[in-house]
Amino acid sequence: MRFVAGCAKHRCMKARILITLKNGVLDPQGKATEQVLAGLGFGGINDVRQGKYIELDLAENNPTNALNAVRAMCEKLLANTVIENYEIDLDE
Amino acid sequence: MKAAVIVSPGSNCDRDVQVALQQSAGSEPIMHWHGDANLPDVDLIIVPGGFAYGDYLRAGALAAQSPVIQEVVARANKGVPVLGICNGFQILTECGLLPGVLMRNAGLKFICRDVDLRVEAADTVFTLDYMDGQVIRIPVAHNEGNYFADDATLNRLDGEDRVAFRYCSPEGRVTDSANPNGAARNIAGILNEGRNVLGMMPHPERLADPMLGGNDGRPMFDGLVEALVATE
Repeated sequence: MRFVAGCAKHRCMKARILITLKNGVLDPQGKATEQVLAGLGFGGINDVRQGKYIELDLAENNPTNALNAVRAMCEKLLANTVIENYEIDLDE
Repeated sequence: MKAAVIVSPGSNCDRDVQVALQQSAGSEPIMHWHGDANLPDVDLIIVPGGFAYGDYLRAGALAAQSPVIQEVVARANKGVPVLGICNGFQILTECGLLPGVLMRNAGLKFICRDVDLRVEAADTVFTLDYMDGQVIRIPVAHNEGNYFADDATLNRLDGEDRVAFRYCSPEGRVTDSANPNGAARNIAGILNEGRNVLGMMPHPERLADPMLGGNDGRPMFDGLVEALVATE
């Protein structure tokens, strides 16, 4: 396991969560951004989808525990799984 | 009849609901702080509009985890009528009492104006003073009112007659042009399976006094009082 500086003595782990809209869910913000990009002359954009990025500092150094905890947080609060998917990236 | 209005940090229609309810009931509802899980015994719970927790994360997402909301869910499951208006509707979907989710308006603009609604289910405690097919004029004021659910859920809502209100033309036609926010199937309000929980984006409390330019919201409060006093 690799520890970043400062974490050796303390339990510490970073979770990066990417929340995106599911396929088929209309993203009006992405659409508007796409139109403005096209208006600025940026061609070749097929689609723009907007999402959310959340970073958690965890007092934990067991990746399995961390992943289980973050997954539960996503299911209960951080994402609305009716319309959103989430991806979790752990920094050990 | 005893009613409670749930007050969260950022509620801003709690007083309007209080006044509208008092006008119909003749007594003041309890204004109950969201952080207090000890909700008194009441016959009706209203989750009012506003921007609870600043709409952070998603509209209604943080408020849905408030201590009192778990109690609201428990009471709703016992049959106590729960009415969620606007942000209250968003909170009721986020806490799982109602299916689906309220997404950003399709046109990306905050919409604040009167809309026409067709009453689709006049058989509930919330709508008994309306008639099926009646067109009423009620204001909306929201940024996230675009009701979304998968097709299976929408078919179930339709099949079980759980759509309470739809956006319509003044003549009562449910058309795309009468849909202010892109809501699936023009849905403005839905019921739970037990028909004792109603979530709706429009604000009946804002047009419950002719002095405010209309009275089409008042029958909701009158009807609730009639229904709930009769069961006492």
